[in-house]
Amino acid sequence: MKADGVKRILLGAIPWLGAIALWYVVRWSGIVNPSLIPAPHAVAMKFVELLLHEGLLVDVWASTQRVTLGVLLGIAAAVPVGFLLGWYRPARTFADPMINFFRALPPIALIPLVIVYFGVDEMAKLVVLFYAAFFSGVIVMYEGVSQITPLYIRVAQTLGASELEIFRKVIIPLTVPHILTALRVALGVAWATLVASELIAAQRGLGALIQNASTYFLLDVIYVGIICIGFVALVMDMILRAISKRLLVWQERAVA
Amino acid sequence: MTNDANKNARAQFEHVSLAFDTPRGKLQIVDDVNYSISDGDFIAVIGPSGCGKTTMMNMLAGFQKPTGGRVLFDNAPVQGPGPERGVIFQEYGVFPWLTVRQNIAFGLTLHANRVAPGEREAICDHYLSLMGLSDFANSFPKHLSGGMRQRLAIARAYAVKPQFLLMDEPFGALDAQTRANMQNLLLQVLAAEGKTVMLITHSVEEAIYLASRIVVVTARPARIKEIIEVPFPYPRDESIHERPEFGQLRSYIRELVMNEYRAQQAQSSFSE
Repeated sequence: MKADGVKRILLGAIPWLGAIALWYVVRWSGIVNPSLIPAPHAVAMKFVELLLHEGLLVDVWASTQRVTLGVLLGIAAAVPVGFLLGWYRPARTFADPMINFFRALPPIALIPLVIVYFGVDEMAKLVVLFYAAFFSGVIVMYEGVSQITPLYIRVAQTLGASELEIFRKVIIPLTVPHILTALRVALGVAWATLVASELIAAQRGLGALIQNASTYFLLDVIYVGIICIGFVALVMDMILRAISKRLLVWQERAVA
Repeated sequence: MTNDANKNARAQFEHVSLAFDTPRGKLQIVDDVNYSISDGDFIAVIGPSGCGKTTMMNMLAGFQKPTGGRVLFDNAPVQGPGPERGVIFQEYGVFPWLTVRQNIAFGLTLHANRVAPGEREAICDHYLSLMGLSDFANSFPKHLSGGMRQRLAIARAYAVKPQFLLMDEPFGALDAQTRANMQNLLLQVLAAEGKTVMLITHSVEEAIYLASRIVVVTARPARIKEIIEVPFPYPRDESIHERPEFGQLRSYIRELVMNEYRAQQAQSSFSE
């Protein structure tokens, strides 16, 4: 059991070590001007410096908070809307083109309008993240809900279930996996949108950190910011996956 | 189980028809079907696949409404599904998010047939042991074999004590051995609990072995070709397969069904 755990950690570490090695190779090979690629150890040192003296954690926290809030609000809206669209076919025919229209718009293109209507406060960033989370979540929800087989509903009906009981005891359990998938997809999209949302005059946040660093061409800071975004997103996804695993023990999986 | 035609009918098909409008014209699925199922009857409906057998069952179960005639249950037109008509589906339909025990208990937790928790557990235990699922009571269905899932579906339907069972090719997907076991188990349970059954099947042997009457259905649109009384008294065991009357009846019904099957083939090649 313990040897197994060690093996898993080693296996997980190999691609990371490989990526760092590749980074050094690219830097030292001279393919790219070395002054344009900070060395990994330099980035690591910058990370420690930012952590200790520049309040990096404040940025991490500001961004995590925005992403989490945006995703939670976006999914809270996407679940009922996606459910209705998936469940009532006519609603879907009616709303599908419009949802795909808005989904196709990159949130970054909306920023000028968001500034006009919501100003440059926290609200504006939240609107952009909400937008990104809602439209990615709604698609996952309605695709998933529309694939719920009517068989289980028929079974419940023949056992005497009322409409409300069917909803509570059959439809909700069948919807949970799709809500979790929607959350994961939305989290990914929200992190991708973060930098864009923090372009709106953010003081703190990882997007703001990158944005400010680019003004002064501080490549190492940009690297630190990017790595932090990836890392926090990874941790959040791992947490969600652990929750899914607990909630969905009943699901059949192709690979154990 | 007797075949007394004057006995109170539980289910009646009165000139039942079902047709769909399609872009290529009207598609008749069921055409003027008349028969009744009395208390304690075991009716097997047999016919070529795609002929409309399942549609007949769906109308009695309450999933589909006839476009002509009436389907009556206890002398009232069927309005929708209900717990007094248990349905066992071809695809089992066990709830994957519930354990085996929770699946069996599902119907008993509903308002329509709620029982006290103690009694619910007793009913679950009874069917768990009857169906040989006690060791898997707390497992999820993903750990069960096909035969076990089918037994679970049957246990869940029985737990709410329907007097009337509708079974749609319940053993169709099982291997020969499991299928024979399930048929015997069904006969045992029926002997103990006395239920009325409508079984949809495409197996002539299964129909003769289990049923008291066999309704042979024509190629689409489904009409009644012939209703055959099965002369073997209950309780039955596998030895009736060896009886000469079994072989004669099997040849006779197989010939009827094969004729309909050929008619169906001709029909579909004609329409193509």
